[in-house]
Amino acid sequence: MRSPNLLRHAWAVASKDLLVEFRSRTAILSVAVFVVLVLVVFQFGHDPTAVSNVDLAPSILWVTFTFAAILALNRAFQLELENQALEGLLLAPIERSSIYLGKLIANLVFVATIELIGVPLLALFFNVPVLPYLAPLIAVIALATVGFVAVGTLFSAMTVRTRFAELLLPVLLLPFMIPPLSWAVLATGRLLAGRPLSEIAGWLNMLAVYDIVFVTLALLLFPATVNE
Amino acid sequence: MRMVRVGRWITAIGLVLLAGVYVRALSYTPVEQSQGLAQKIFYLHVPAAIWAETAMILVGLSSVFYLFTKDPRLDRFAAASAEVGTVFCAIVLTTGPIWGKPIWGTWWTWDARLTFTLFLFLLYIGYLLLRSAVPDPAMRARYAAVLGICGMCEVPFIHFSVYMFPTLHPMPIVLKPSAPSLPGSMLLTWLLSLGVFTLLYVGFVVQRYAVSYLHEQLEGVGEVGHA
Repeated sequence: MRSPNLLRHAWAVASKDLLVEFRSRTAILSVAVFVVLVLVVFQFGHDPTAVSNVDLAPSILWVTFTFAAILALNRAFQLELENQALEGLLLAPIERSSIYLGKLIANLVFVATIELIGVPLLALFFNVPVLPYLAPLIAVIALATVGFVAVGTLFSAMTVRTRFAELLLPVLLLPFMIPPLSWAVLATGRLLAGRPLSEIAGWLNMLAVYDIVFVTLALLLFPATVNE
Repeated sequence: MRMVRVGRWITAIGLVLLAGVYVRALSYTPVEQSQGLAQKIFYLHVPAAIWAETAMILVGLSSVFYLFTKDPRLDRFAAASAEVGTVFCAIVLTTGPIWGKPIWGTWWTWDARLTFTLFLFLLYIGYLLLRSAVPDPAMRARYAAVLGICGMCEVPFIHFSVYMFPTLHPMPIVLKPSAPSLPGSMLLTWLLSLGVFTLLYVGFVVQRYAVSYLHEQLEGVGEVGHA
């Protein structure tokens, strides 16, 4: 009985967050504009005659996603601070971990939307061929995103109630983002260079292990961040 | 308070012995063939690195037990261990480049192990920053415990990466599956140094623990605001 309820409650929390976002659309629009701007900054931040775009594309992609994801994650629990909405959520007769799972799903949808905007823009601006490698690229992006959004959702539940919340989240999160990020950059680089899939299998395994470890850990630890 | 004095004594003995280890390392231990005198930093660098990583694991373990028992002593120990770990990490990150300049010809390279020691350092800094950003002691302890456990779980990923990235860093010569591949006199010096660093870790942690206990007492009577 427990696990279907867990998922049902998680979905209720997630759909609430997504509905709030869908009605206002301010956050997603700002982050989308931010993604465009970061990509533009990259164009002017390097000499295109010295470094070829295909070589630079993985870094551009992942640096952009990192910054955009941090902006998005800061927002997740900020919503709940207004009118003590978090207290209301905690009073609801549902498992604490389903609140976390709901927040995680909402954040994943949010970050995935950003990535959906980011990848075509990267292909367009930097003339990188992504279509032939689309399926494995999506796998790399999905695996890496689940890992750092899982940690980020957990941390944002804590940092939102500290002083200098917006600054503290990246300071805490970046050391945790770098390992999956470095594997994702290497895998993306191999993919875009047209290397065979077997070469990136090791990175994908590491990303999958990271996801499993940190999603489980975050589910177990989340109650400790909200219990009084 | 007694504990502060005990910690101070242990630290003092540790520091004297550290000087002793260096006398032994410089005068009574053979000079390494290819690296020359630069290799002597190994007796400082490796024990500090081992304790920097162990301290993070101890932070994580005491955090796990804190979340179950809510015993404030465990939280105090985690905070103390994290601060000492930060110091040891700083030792590793300072001695490393001093060795790297003559041997590698560069102060810093984005080698896997350097990079991940830097991350360990940043993890510690993040942990200490989080502690200082939460005013309520109970909340601070819980938040720090969550971050400490995540930090401990990240250490294996850091370790794995060492073997996955191409590296310039010397491979482990003492702590490895096969027998240590160095002369007995070097191994003995190194083991003495590891013992001294263990003593220093204990001394520092005991002092830091005592200080945070006193700080909490003062907080309890409203004498200090949290930084």
